[in-house]
Amino acid sequence: MIKVRIPTPLRPLTKGQGEVEAKGGSIDEMINHLEGAHPGIKGRLCDEKGELRRFVNIYVNEEDIRFLKGKDTILKDGDEVSIVPAIAGGN
Amino acid sequence: MNFTDEQITRYSRHILLPEVGGKGQKKIAQAKILIVGAGGLGSPAAFYLAAAGVGTIGLIDSDLVDLSNLQRQVIHQTPDIGRPKVISAKEKIEAINPDVKVLTYDERLVAKNALELIRAYDVVIDGVDNFPAKFLINDACFFAEKPLVHGGILRFDGRVTTIIPKKSACYRCVFKTPPPPGLVASCQEAGVIGVLAGIIGTLQATEALKLVLGIGRPLADRMLDFDARKTSFREIKTKRNPNCPLCGPQPTITELFDHEPETCAVRT
Repeated sequence: MIKVRIPTPLRPLTKGQGEVEAKGGSIDEMINHLEGAHPGIKGRLCDEKGELRRFVNIYVNEEDIRFLKGKDTILKDGDEVSIVPAIAGGN
Repeated sequence: MNFTDEQITRYSRHILLPEVGGKGQKKIAQAKILIVGAGGLGSPAAFYLAAAGVGTIGLIDSDLVDLSNLQRQVIHQTPDIGRPKVISAKEKIEAINPDVKVLTYDERLVAKNALELIRAYDVVIDGVDNFPAKFLINDACFFAEKPLVHGGILRFDGRVTTIIPKKSACYRCVFKTPPPPGLVASCQEAGVIGVLAGIIGTLQATEALKLVLGIGRPLADRMLDFDARKTSFREIKTKRNPNCPLCGPQPTITELFDHEPETCAVRT
């Protein structure tokens, strides 16, 4: 099982849960698995071509997947995945 | 410059610190810090930097104080409603500490004025509430080579990070472009727990003072996220992105530009 941290803007898709479990041997597979359990989440993370949106950041065990293998980054049991969005507010 | 007896008393709790001392307090007195946005984050940052004795504080904001601001923008008070935020904030700063020179800019930070303004300061604090301005500040600080203390708050989530241009990850290394309007909540309709502004804004002031003093380890190449619901901090490692369109080796952004203003459509 992989533990996935869900940021606040996506929690309405996970019934408010800040952390969900997912399966998959890679980030790509994990996203597809998440979509099965939480429909709509893939569209928030990926564009129409299935590529990760540029402002979406995914970390595996605190390492940015951009510096690993992107969507092909291998996941193993017990890994922790974080989805990190930009936060704009301040005023 | 020499401190008067009154100043030595005023800053005694700083001067007592071996990491600060009289020498450090002088650095603070000579520092010029620009606060972009005299709102939620800018208020607490301005209060503490003023109390600390920062020599020059610049404030840029074109808004007027609104009743809905007072839940978190603590530098403004009920009688200030309808007044320019920069004027309201300047008065409070001067009341706290007459040593501080406050320069106000009752305008928006845009590509046209950003570089000239930022070049006149040593450190910049991002206290704005929208992505186009956050990206502009990041870019301007990169071109002007000024350290930037970034902050963001939304609902119960806060984030702070320090960006040392050309040395640590910039905002675009992590978030290349502003998200399209509506994909990430970013405006007033989303709400924010007011005290979060105090937590993140004071962390920004702490970072700015450390940069001025040259002490400790800055929050560079790290994003510190705070979850007020759980009262928990989490640190996310960042690093310079070789594909960064701004600070990477093959930049596509070579001059300042304004991003389209976002529309206020929150999707949750």
